[in-house]
This record gives sequence, C-alpha cells and structure tokens, in this order.
Amino acid sequence: MAEVKLYGWWSSPFTHRIEVALKLKGVEYEFISEDVRNKSPSLLKYNPVLKKIPVLVHNGKPICESLVILEYIDETWEVGPSLLPKDPYERAMVRFWAKLLDEKCFPAMRNAFLSIGEEQEKAKEESTELLKFLEGTLSGNKFFGGDTIGMVDIVANFISYWFIIVQELAGLQVLTKEKFPKLCEWMDEYLNSDIIRENLPHKDKLTAIYQARFLDAAAANAAVAGGGGSPK
Amino acid sequence: MASEDVKLLGGWPSPYVMRPRIALNIKSVNYEFLEEKFGSKSDLLLKSNPVYKKIPVLIHGEKPICESLIIVEYVDEVWNSGHTILPSDPYDRAVARFWATYIDDKWFPGIRAISRADGEEAKKKAVEEVIAGLVLLEDAFIKCSKGKSFFGGDKIGYLDIALGCFLGWLRVTEKLGNFALLDESKTPNLFKWAEKFSSDDAVKDIMPQTDKLMEFAKVLMAKSKAS
Repeated sequence: MAEVKLYGWWSSPFTHRIEVALKLKGVEYEFISEDVRNKSPSLLKYNPVLKKIPVLVHNGKPICESLVILEYIDETWEVGPSLLPKDPYERAMVRFWAKLLDEKCFPAMRNAFLSIGEEQEKAKEESTELLKFLEGTLSGNKFFGGDTIGMVDIVANFISYWFIIVQELAGLQVLTKEKFPKLCEWMDEYLNSDIIRENLPHKDKLTAIYQARFLDAAAANAAVAGGGGSPK
Repeated sequence: MASEDVKLLGGWPSPYVMRPRIALNIKSVNYEFLEEKFGSKSDLLLKSNPVYKKIPVLIHGEKPICESLIIVEYVDEVWNSGHTILPSDPYDRAVARFWATYIDDKWFPGIRAISRADGEEAKKKAVEEVIAGLVLLEDAFIKCSKGKSFFGGDKIGYLDIALGCFLGWLRVTEKLGNFALLDESKTPNLFKWAEKFSSDDAVKDIMPQTDKLMEFAKVLMAKSKAS
C-alpha cells in the first residue's frame, strides 16, 4: 500500500497546489503541518538542500519543489484527470507557463503588494504585462487546461485567490474585470470547481495573516523612508 | 517524427543554448543553427519568444519552444532516435528535475556572483558558496550515477546536460580569478565527470573553447563597466 505524506502549511499556495493535485487523482495522503519558522527534523531530513515546503514523501522517498512534485504526481498516478497533455508541444507550453507563473508572475505580484513608491509602480507594471500574456492564452477555454483543470490552472492558483485577497488589502487595481475579463472568468470557474472550492484555506484567516504582513512591510518601508537601512 | 524544418535560435557563448544543442545531437537531429548577433535581437527571436525575448528558442515546423530545459524535454519526447535523455523512472525524473532547478536557481547565479563580488572578502565568500554547491552536486552525482560515468548512467542524461553546459563558464571563472572551483580533492567524481562530459560526442564540438570564451567574457566585462 503506497504511503503518501505531504509536508506543508495551510496558508501556502504552493502547498495547496499539491493538495489539489492529490485530490484530483484520488490519492490518500497524510498532511503534516510544517511551520517554516520552526522547521522540524523531518523537513530538514527530507529537504536538506532548500529546507522548504511543500515536500511530498512517497514510500519514504522525498520529492521537493512544487512544479517537480506536480509532474511526479501526474506520472505516478495515471488515474483521474491528466495534469499535463499528451502532445509534446502542448506539454512544452504547459511547462513554459508554469515556469513563467513561478519565476516572474509570483514575485512581481508579491512585490506589487509589499513594496511602495517606484518599486511598487514597477511591480504593478510588470504584473500587468505578465497577466496580459496569461489572458491571451485563455481564448475560448474554461481553463488553461482546456475543458478540465490542468497543471497551469493549479500553478496559477495564487492569482485566483491569494492575490485577490492581497490586492484588496493594498488597494490595488491590477487584476480587474475591465482589464482582464477572461482571467476573471477563469477565476470564477476555477474557484467554483468541486475540488478547489472544498479545499481553499479559510478566507478570513488568510486575510488576517496577509494584513499582518502588509502592515509589517508598510512599517519597514516607513522606517526606510525615515532614514534607516533597506527594507526586508 | 521527421526532422523536417528544425531551427535553433542561439549564440555560441550561451550555456543555455548548449543544452538543446546537446539534446539534438544525442538524437542525431539535423537543425539549422541561427546565430543571434550579440547585443541585438532579431525579428524572428522577438516574434518566437515575445515573453522573454531570450535565446535559446527551438522552432519545430512553425512552432516555437522556449526555455532551455523545456526544449530538452521536448526534444526527448519528440525524437526516439539515440537514447532517452530523461530517466525512465518517475522518481529519478523528479530527482533530476529538482537538481536542474537547483542548478539554475541557486548554483549558477553563485558563479555570476563571484565576478560581481566587491572586494576580497565578498569574493572569497562567493567562491565558497559555489564550491559548497558543487559538494552537494557531487553527492547527487554519486546517488544518480549509481557507479556509472554520468548522472544519467552509461550515457549523458538530463542532469548532465543541465550542469555540464556551465563547464565552459566555470573554467573561465577559475582562470580569471586564479582559483579552483571544481577541485579534484573536494569533488573527485564531478572532476572526472567534467572531463568525460566535455569529450562526449554530443558535446565536444559545441563546448566553447575556454580561451575563446575568456576573450568574450573580457569584452562583456568591459561593456558592463562602461555602462
């Protein structure tokens, strides 16, 4: 009997990706909560190089990095929906968008939320440019994956839920229906689909932690403006 | 699948461009190498990679594929000739992909940090970090190779390509700084592997010569100092 453990944290969109993938595939797993402010010996054993969550441990063997884990899940459990298409070109496109989401979109959108002044303006512009590319790939489809949820939908999860929360907290107008009608439609479809809807972290709890982070960043930025060192 | 109309947009000094070239060589795929002029971007590049505007870009038929390791996986999936590049076992694939991500996100930026380091102390620290990374990769090599010559086993695989493409720049950094990064005493397996990788049939004709790369590096450094 396969033993599957997921080391993660309830509020992390990266952890959430893996939970969604496992649930879509109908894989039973044990969730082990890891507070990265206080890393357990198990986490350090399973991810000694990066010491980060999520980590999937399958029959004692650890797999790290959410994009790597998602491909592993798709290749190991061939039941349920495929997270990646079969065609090599389509697969390359999925990998491309997933990488863009993590390497560019996530940092830009996080910066748009946490920074101020010129840095924030730059982050907002960059986020808008990147979202335009994503909007362009959604022509006519319910999901990035077509009719069903695929890897890009799962990786883009932070846009659909986490970013909307922080956007409101920071009073940003980056992702709006007027500017991105298709992305907003996608968000509704994604958030209302069965597995996603039943497994989102609690909105109020999530809002509370990001509010705290927002206030911390604002204080740090104010200290810098007042003549201290550099923020973060 | 026929090797009809395969083009690769790239540049000889780029380690990222080397990656798909090695993969195409392994598969004996004929392709047209379109060398981008350094310092400018062709219309074809801007059209084929509007998001990043970077090389390498593989154009197969009319379809562009971007990002070096994504291209390598694509080549492996499309062409059955030669040998398979990704490991066949899903766990081994996950391990290879993890280390490739580590190399790109953490290790190679460390090499660039050496040349950017300000002062002796900072340089020493940057060098130590790169060597520490190589020690981790040495351990990964022992686990992945299972006693064979390459990360991929008997033949060059995905992780060999992911790391090996940086050997030229690693050697240039060593020569310019007059220190060893790939040290036979600290990382004996990687030391041996580097030689085997560089002289492999799929690699030897496209690995840039260290002297030529050094001249290029000096031009780059002069340009960045001027700007």
